[in-house]
Amino acid sequence: MSTPTYTPDASDHDADIKRIIDAHLQLEGPLLPMLHAVQAEFGLIPEAAQRLIADALNITRAELHGVISFYHDFREKPAGRHVLKICRAEACQSVGGAALADHVLEKLGLNWHGTTANGAVTVEPVYCLGLCACAPAAMVDGRVVGRVDATRMDALLAEAGA
Amino acid sequence: MKVYVPMDSAAKALGADDVVLALLKAAEGRDIQIIRTGSRGMIWLEPLVEVEVDGQRHGFGPATPADAAAILEGTSALALGPVEDLDWMKRQTRLTFARCGVIDPLSLEDYSAHGGLKGLRRALTLTSQQMVDEVQTSGLRGRGGAGFPTGIKWQTVHDAGARQKYIVCNADEGDSGTFADRMIMEGDPFTLIEGMTIAGLAVGATRGYVYLRSEYPDAIHVMRQAVAIAREAGVLGADVLNSGRAFDMEIREGAGAYVCGEETSLLNSLEGKRGVVRAKPPLPALEGFLGRPTVVNNVISLATVPVIFERGAQYYADFGLGRSRGTVTLQIAGNVARGGLFETAFGVTLDEVVNDIGGGTASRRPVKAVQVGGPLGAYMPVSKFDTPIGYEEFDAKGGLIGHAGLVVFDDRADMLKMARFAMEFCAVESCGKCTPCRIGSVRGVETIDRIAQGDASAVPLLTDLCETMKDGSLCALGGFTPFPVMSALTHFPDDFATHKEAAE
Ligand SMILES: Cc1cc2nc3c(=O)[nH]c(=O)nc-3n(C[C@H](O)[C@H](O)[C@H](O)COP(=O)(O)O)c2cc1C
Ligand code: SF4
Ligand code: FES
Repeated sequence: MSTPTYTPDASDHDADIKRIIDAHLQLEGPLLPMLHAVQAEFGLIPEAAQRLIADALNITRAELHGVISFYHDFREKPAGRHVLKICRAEACQSVGGAALADHVLEKLGLNWHGTTANGAVTVEPVYCLGLCACAPAAMVDGRVVGRVDATRMDALLAEAGA
Repeated sequence: MKVYVPMDSAAKALGADDVVLALLKAAEGRDIQIIRTGSRGMIWLEPLVEVEVDGQRHGFGPATPADAAAILEGTSALALGPVEDLDWMKRQTRLTFARCGVIDPLSLEDYSAHGGLKGLRRALTLTSQQMVDEVQTSGLRGRGGAGFPTGIKWQTVHDAGARQKYIVCNADEGDSGTFADRMIMEGDPFTLIEGMTIAGLAVGATRGYVYLRSEYPDAIHVMRQAVAIAREAGVLGADVLNSGRAFDMEIREGAGAYVCGEETSLLNSLEGKRGVVRAKPPLPALEGFLGRPTVVNNVISLATVPVIFERGAQYYADFGLGRSRGTVTLQIAGNVARGGLFETAFGVTLDEVVNDIGGGTASRRPVKAVQVGGPLGAYMPVSKFDTPIGYEEFDAKGGLIGHAGLVVFDDRADMLKMARFAMEFCAVESCGKCTPCRIGSVRGVETIDRIAQGDASAVPLLTDLCETMKDGSLCALGGFTPFPVMSALTHFPDDFATHKEAAE
């Protein structure tokens, strides 16, 4: 599974965005489900969507931006084709998680949230994946991996084309 | 031949899906039926394959694809014997987790055949006040961390007059070392649905939401399917089990903010706002989701309700220690030989959990500390291992049990680094509302860095800073971060001193 794409100058996205908005308008507290759906479709929350969502929910652009920026999940810039999340939390640290994360960042020459030059992989920190009894843990797109060591990690990175 | 393989995400993370493919391949010609289940909780044995022989399930684990043929032939060296006879299983009191790992999580038929819906059927014969009383009598306290009596919370919402009330399930499970919520949602989702339905009937709420963290895509997937199945079967909807009473629910996905596990922040998030913590009062029980009376309960609190109604409140209350009644779903994690989920009556000691049940460290080195209760919980040194698992008992020793996750560290752990991480985590996840939390945590990181560089005068500063955070924070993120920090500093002073000497 790779992340979907958004072409900023294609205005025909508006119809898709409106369809997503309409599908969620009847919910109590529709904003987060809407944002998730937009991001699932486009891989980010595009400018155009922000304008349309703010209008539909009768909130200001500033308010909407406040919400989007509050949550770690939502992006306004595209990610790489794959997103690798590495757990930084305590249980993973207890079995070498920090060294594993350092290994990845060093190998790819990235900081957290960085994307490889070829656009293949974005590396994100995550604080617990609920895999604390088989740590260190990571997630590639939606797929979970446990007891990850450097060899396994290198294989995952190779698979993702990093 | 029936073969059971977990679809729990820990099992998947260790290769369960590949094992299933290998089993299907190895079966060629043979008539095998593969049933995906939740996990039994023995994560160190995952993927744990179970083969049914004469009605008894025999375990093989941890399995790899290469073991598939031998497992089917019954010649595998991984044979563990009947799963129910394993020490880990026999020693537990599995009430909340009775079905987890046993049944197909999405088979309502399996669920009913194993006691499911009995609690709800009984609840439907009671008045709403009797239902609330049942929960009060059980002694159930919130498993999300604070340990607040669930019955009292329900009574408040029950008594509140409003046309619309809500049940909100807190499935944000952000604490490191915890995965009980995830396991029950992936392994026995109907038990949570049943518990929420009973809660709705008891307090007069017809609508429920599960706020489920986005880091759990598998759990989200299973829960959404389970809700659809329950609705289709008339367990949810306008006419719950033909009672003429309504309850329905929806799964909502979080967006990667730890603080949204705090109940008022969660409610803001559910409403589509920034997940900023609200001042209390008003209590969510009176002014919760959209300003209406709302029960906010943890997954395990709600998933324990069905067994309380099935077996009776007193049955549940008879387990436990002091004011901690019933069972605790321990999550044993980190550097531990046998990690996993272990459900038992409150009262076992920390030593028993770590060294006996957990088997000590995975690295076979001495245990240095155990962090109990997530990132806001204290590091317990070995000298406190005689502490029994109970809310008051832990409090008396300067700790907290929180969501009952335990993270084990061996003697190589650097407690200064762990203290620094606690401050860093607080800085990353702070909702920003109060200065001691937002700014204090950043100062905390800097102060610990100064200690690491040999500045002894920074130690009292760190202590003062922790006091300020404790006193001046609105919620436990800023207010409890001092627990891991100060426990590390107090119990492991050498880790704060060696750095100093090394720098000199
Ligand atoms: C920073 C913070 C994070 C929390 N995270 C969670 C969580 O992930 N899950 C949870 O059930 N409770 C969490 N809580 C506790 C909730 O605020 C609340 O007490 C709980 O959901 C009530 O349910 P219970 O009574 O069934 O435990 C958190 C509290 C704080 C301060
Ligand atoms: S303590 Fe921190 S997380 Fe809690 S309300 Fe204050 S700023 Fe927000
Ligand atoms: S701490 Fe890494 S998966 Fe829980």
